[in-house]
Amino acid sequence: MSGYFILAILGLAFILTFQIAKASEYVSVLKGEEKSFKQNNRINAFLMIVFLVLGLAGAWWCNELFYNKTLLAQPAASDHGEKIDFMLVITIAVTGVVFLLTQILLFWFAYKYQFSERRTVYYFPHNNKLELIWTVVPAIFLTLLVGLGLFYWFKITGDAPKDAQIVEITGKQFNWMMRYPGKDNILGRKNYRLTDASNGNALGVDWEDGASHDDIEATEMHLVVGKPVQLVINAQDVIHDVGLVHFRLKMDAVPGIPTTLWFTPLYTTAQMKEITGNKEFVYEISCDQICGSGHYSMRGVIIVETQEEYDAWMASKKPQYLTVKEAAAPAPATADSTAAVSVSNTSKPLAQLK
Amino acid sequence: MSSETITHGHAVAEVHSHDSHDAHGHDHHHEESFLSKYIFSTDHKMIGKQFLITGIIWAIIGGLFSVLFRLQLGYPEATFPFLEDLFGKWAAGGRISNEFYYALVTMHGTILVFFVLTAGLSGTFANILIPLQIGARDMASGFMNMLSYWFFFGASVVMFASLFIQTGPASGGWTVYPPLSALGQASEGSKLGMDFWLISMALFIVSSLLGGLNYISTILNLRTKGLSMTRLPLTIWAIFFTAVLGVLSFPVLLSGAVLLLFDRNLGTSFFLSEIVVKGEILPNEGGSAILFQHLFWFLGHPEVYIILLPAMGMVSEILSVNSRKPIFGYLAMVGSMFAICILAFLVWAHHMFVTGLNPFLGAFFVLLTLLIAVPSAIKVFNWLTTLWKGNVRFTPGMLFAIGFVSLFISGGLTGIFLGNSTLDIHLHDTYFVVAHFHIVMGVASFFGMFAGVYHWFPKMYGRFLNNTMAYIHFWVTFVGAYLIFWPMHYAGLAGMPRRYTDWSNWQSFNMFADMNRFITTVAMVVFAAQLLFVFNFFYSIFKGRKVTTQNPWGATTLEWTTPINPGHGNWPGDVPEVHRWSYDYGKDGREFIPQTEPIGANESKH
Repeated sequence: MSGYFILAILGLAFILTFQIAKASEYVSVLKGEEKSFKQNNRINAFLMIVFLVLGLAGAWWCNELFYNKTLLAQPAASDHGEKIDFMLVITIAVTGVVFLLTQILLFWFAYKYQFSERRTVYYFPHNNKLELIWTVVPAIFLTLLVGLGLFYWFKITGDAPKDAQIVEITGKQFNWMMRYPGKDNILGRKNYRLTDASNGNALGVDWEDGASHDDIEATEMHLVVGKPVQLVINAQDVIHDVGLVHFRLKMDAVPGIPTTLWFTPLYTTAQMKEITGNKEFVYEISCDQICGSGHYSMRGVIIVETQEEYDAWMASKKPQYLTVKEAAAPAPATADSTAAVSVSNTSKPLAQLK
Repeated sequence: MSSETITHGHAVAEVHSHDSHDAHGHDHHHEESFLSKYIFSTDHKMIGKQFLITGIIWAIIGGLFSVLFRLQLGYPEATFPFLEDLFGKWAAGGRISNEFYYALVTMHGTILVFFVLTAGLSGTFANILIPLQIGARDMASGFMNMLSYWFFFGASVVMFASLFIQTGPASGGWTVYPPLSALGQASEGSKLGMDFWLISMALFIVSSLLGGLNYISTILNLRTKGLSMTRLPLTIWAIFFTAVLGVLSFPVLLSGAVLLLFDRNLGTSFFLSEIVVKGEILPNEGGSAILFQHLFWFLGHPEVYIILLPAMGMVSEILSVNSRKPIFGYLAMVGSMFAICILAFLVWAHHMFVTGLNPFLGAFFVLLTLLIAVPSAIKVFNWLTTLWKGNVRFTPGMLFAIGFVSLFISGGLTGIFLGNSTLDIHLHDTYFVVAHFHIVMGVASFFGMFAGVYHWFPKMYGRFLNNTMAYIHFWVTFVGAYLIFWPMHYAGLAGMPRRYTDWSNWQSFNMFADMNRFITTVAMVVFAAQLLFVFNFFYSIFKGRKVTTQNPWGATTLEWTTPINPGHGNWPGDVPEVHRWSYDYGKDGREFIPQTEPIGANESKH
């Protein structure tokens, strides 16, 4: 009912606007088009200045409202993030000056040079010196921004330190799966054809590779504060993206093409709770590449902790290989019958486990 | 100016319309049937109007979709029973389902980028302006031109039909990245709807190529006597570069679309490799999902300039006409458009900085991308200098042109953030991107289009649009556009991802609920203002104030030397000869000097 009511009001508003518009056209014919043109011109010129002033005030107010909700108000949680934040501030400063200068000139000129019968325009088709200035000056500033950007870009995308911890993260509709390399610090080989979630091999690990036997699988990512980490990023079905908003980083997860990303977390989750003043604070992994109907809910969690806490957590985990082996051993018959549902070659490595 | 004596203008008009029957009668003495005049017309002016009106219809649909999904974003808890009436199972209980939310987002993007701002914008103004401004009787091939529209119409029919498919229209985003768009198992919208999308795009590309080749050959070959390339209005230069971009880049998208159709239906593996979807292990190996992104963005980035350049050209023209001053730095304007046109082909991978692209390769794309800021800066400063010491008339077209410059500055500057790969790592696929491209490509180009419609409506229909409605339309849209997109930058700086239906379960992004509600409210108001424009448009075609003088804006260019309602062939007698460039405003104490006037003996040089 209220819907029809709103529609009726909208309809009336439309008719009203139209009638006013129509009437003003008749009035302008009566008054003389010249006169009404001048009047409209003055009004619009004035509105240009009003827009400029209110617009700048509004931008200021908007900043007051939202600045503290952005990440600019809190430190970046990774070393790369700090570089990115610095770069961001520089870019805001440079573009901010240009923004103010050009917008003020635009609306000021529009107002100042509004139509007047007394004014003769200045025939000014070109001026090489001026044009050279505003070609060269932007070019210089852009060169600086490009230089700084690329300097950081190569640092961020360069090779990870040798002592970096390795964590594999795999995206699928609509969750994240983690794998740790275990004591040997080598991730076991994978073959996507071996994927068999119902038999404990959601990632398609090739159990024939000995390096896989100590690999730990998890649903949360645990990282050690101050220790570089290299993420090995995979996707099983469609393209996802590992978005690490507090670390200011992201990297696509592409099926068939593993990608990597490395950084050093600077604050533990507990420290970030204090810094942000938010008791609920948690490092979140957001999927940043549209991946289907559950895209908006594809959330992962990272826990950054001290080495001791991390070691304790790691000690509580059992390698996935052992879990699968134990599950398969007592009742081989059931394991076989479920395996039969999926692709045949998954049953081969399982058989060799026994 | 409209203040010229009315009776005199009338007399001129009548003489000319008589002329058109006498002098041109030998070509078109037969009465045109309804079908050949309005439907299968080969008259460039009618084809332009067909593009425009089809574009308007699409814009209403695409705009409405955005309002509907903004409802979901602004009021995630609320239910709207009318949505269920409208969409049935897609909005069961009055809430848009996730699947359908993505379908709406995808269709909104596809419709506005391709059907409105490509076909509706360059289709309209290339057709209407090229022959009129270069002094040609029609396009090089009227028939090809007609085909161009009808292929567009075919593409429209297929796309529209896809809205009614049981599994819904495509829903993988307007960029349709595989594997999501290739696997029906991954998404409802990747079933039949995606095939429709690809077929529609293939038809659309054919339309675009037929049109583009025609525009290029017309501009190069059919200019009237004396109209050298350097005397062309900037509108024509802009359309020329647009057409070149389209002709060279659309075929690449076609190849991507065809290969994707193969992957979907013929079992090929161009874009698919090592995929396990919903527990099903697919046999495809060796393809690359990233390859599609290269093919897509090789069109996709020039596409941005295909959308923007015609708007830039029209804005240049309208700013100059209504400042009563020549455009500043004509050659620099042409040169900067040429630079943009070249660079447009060399920056596509800046959409792919976080796909795992080789960082060394990425560095070149950073450099080339930020290079585009130089010609863009030149254009902005030249527009500002055009206003400087002018005598500005705030016609509705002029208002939108000034709005365009403001929006182009705002949206262009954020491009400097996103083009710098270091910052893109942080800002990629956040609301910062949404704000950036909506302002610079979406709203700015719409402003260019509105400026064009208001400015050339008198030429199209022989009537004016209603001024009061136009002013309301401009101010509501201008203020509204900033209110909608300015705050989004802040959400982007908080890392809020785009293409989420709901952020309430996220610790990191749940603080913008108020902002989202505000944006949705403004979006509805702005949409209503667009409906006012649409009403004004159709009402004024039939009932608008009649144009009584041949040259209502006091412009120098050739389209204003035609009769008020030009027939097929445009000029009743001979096509006028051109003696000067198109921007002699305020020269030697004269308000303007038409291009057709020979250079006087004592005229100053510039």
